[in-house]
Amino acid sequence: MTAVATPQKPWAKRPVDRIREFGFLIAAVIFAFGFVAATEMKGKLAYAFIFFVAYGVFTSTFAFISRGAPAAKDLLISTLVSLGAVLTVLPIASIFFTVLQKGLPGLHFGLLTNDMSMATSTDPIATGGILHAITGTLTLVTLALFMSVPIGILTALYLTEVKGRFAGPIRFLVQAMSGVPSIVAGLFILSAILYTITKDYSALMGALALTILMIPTIARTSEEVLLLIPNDLREAGTALGGTQWRTVAMIVLPAARSGLMTAIILGVARIAGETAPILLLTGGGDKVNPNPFSGSVGSMPYYIWKAFNAGSPEAITRAWAGLLVLMIVVLILFLAARALSNRKVSQ
Amino acid sequence: MSITTLIPSPRDITTEPRRSDKVFRGVVTGGGLSSLVILGLIALFLAYRGFEVLKQEGLGFITNAEWSITLDESANVVESNFGLSAMLVGTILCSLVAVVIAVPISVFSALYLNFYAPGWLKKILVAVIDMMAAFPSILFGIWGFLVLMPSVEYWGKLINKYLGWIPLFEVKPYFFTRSPFVAGVVLAIMIIPIITSVSREIFAQAPLDRIQAAFALGATRWAMIKAVVIPHGRSGVVGGAMLGLGRAMGETVAVYTVLNIVFQINWHVLLGAGGNVASLIILKFGEASAYEIKALMAAGLVLFFLTLSVNAAANFIVKRTGKSGR
Repeated sequence: MTAVATPQKPWAKRPVDRIREFGFLIAAVIFAFGFVAATEMKGKLAYAFIFFVAYGVFTSTFAFISRGAPAAKDLLISTLVSLGAVLTVLPIASIFFTVLQKGLPGLHFGLLTNDMSMATSTDPIATGGILHAITGTLTLVTLALFMSVPIGILTALYLTEVKGRFAGPIRFLVQAMSGVPSIVAGLFILSAILYTITKDYSALMGALALTILMIPTIARTSEEVLLLIPNDLREAGTALGGTQWRTVAMIVLPAARSGLMTAIILGVARIAGETAPILLLTGGGDKVNPNPFSGSVGSMPYYIWKAFNAGSPEAITRAWAGLLVLMIVVLILFLAARALSNRKVSQ
Repeated sequence: MSITTLIPSPRDITTEPRRSDKVFRGVVTGGGLSSLVILGLIALFLAYRGFEVLKQEGLGFITNAEWSITLDESANVVESNFGLSAMLVGTILCSLVAVVIAVPISVFSALYLNFYAPGWLKKILVAVIDMMAAFPSILFGIWGFLVLMPSVEYWGKLINKYLGWIPLFEVKPYFFTRSPFVAGVVLAIMIIPIITSVSREIFAQAPLDRIQAAFALGATRWAMIKAVVIPHGRSGVVGGAMLGLGRAMGETVAVYTVLNIVFQINWHVLLGAGGNVASLIILKFGEASAYEIKALMAAGLVLFFLTLSVNAAANFIVKRTGKSGR
């Protein structure tokens, strides 16, 4: 019989440790309930908060007695750090469930086929719909894509392929541009184009402002993607006698295809719910407007904004339903971007 | 047929780019310079439109708090007073509250993601936090107004009750609704994802050999973080915080939904009266006359330079740390 050495894991938790941890957990829960009941605090958040504090204090006191001050500090920080993570995720969970809960009653069969031109804010929810908003947002996003994708990808190409004299300053400016407040982008288009040239609300004006907000997202993500393309590919292209133009167009860009799609989708997710410039530039009509170059046009954010400000219970339900649709759109875009970015270099 | 015609003549070897490459580089450089052009045009046009107001108000545009305009029947300007100081103070107050709340939470959750979370949980949390950064601000605004505000008002009352002796937390008259504190909490929730992901990336660059050395010397996890990760990532966190600050300063819709805009300088965080430059623009835009629009353009210019400088400083700090880490 040969002796097989069993691997030792001295760091693994023993059953005693697990039972002890569970005991502290129970104790903290009981303490939290007792404490909240005894004092005038109220609400679920108070329970959660007291629970974390109690758990941290219990475990670290025990560690202090059994293993000394450094272990106690370590455990206290572990609790704090988990609390931080919980506090980060808590709002998103709350937003998600509130929108689902309050938005679902606002959904109905005519939602995607009607517009709001024949409905007022106090009408029952079953009248009217978001057709004008959906088509408007689609128009805005499509127009913005036509302008921002070439500029964004050219900027990324300049930073990664040409690497010209201005690469440093441009990288800096693109970063700075991503911090331009959306309202400022709206004001700029208002002052530069709407007041001087067209003098009319239109989808194009909104799309121009969205372009400004979208370029930095596309440029930065594309730059990261292009940097991931191995240099061997570029060298192979050049070694086969290709000019830089041919190498970039036939080798680098196709290789980065799915990454570039990710960049574009992230850009769309960034602008799909952008509200401030839309409020300044598109006029927010209640009818489907087939002409993207003139006349006021509705969009999802504007629809939500109008309904929310109308204030009647039906209107608020409409706003939540609009938010639900918008959230689902952003969610789908985001999942698509992640699915694509998992394979950064296409075959 | 002689054999020489089949042999191609040797190609000229030159470093001179072909014509196609020249065109390519020209086009790409043009595209690359567009960000410069756009930023320049923004500053230029806003300054051009707002110039009249800026000239008339002078330095008072920054230091006065009043915002009023009187028109006669034929829409001529009789009297106008445009001052941004209340809005500027409000903007800074709200975004500072946001940063003060968001930074500790973000740093803790970034530490959790890097050094505590099991692999599968980390993947999910990173995806959720990234997604949160992409959520539209109107979602945060309406959720903040209808769901979060009652709780935050209650917290405000608690703070006032126990810390009311500090001048900052004084509330007179007793009015807590739609205060800068509420706006700050909503903004904090919006910027936590940004600060978390910047801090997470900086922390992840902490040198592995030093981490292992700390553990080998018998450090606990916290001792390792204190000795290796925090000194390495400190200025990166500062940069991330400033990035969040810039975002919070320029936020429009979320703040407008939850904040009670009052044209009076108010430093009391919990009192229900505040201001925000971006929200001012949305508030006044609807009924503004041509002259007031010019004032709003000037306000936009101030906001543009404010956020631009904060962002530039933030990026500078993040970039410097990112390099020294490798």
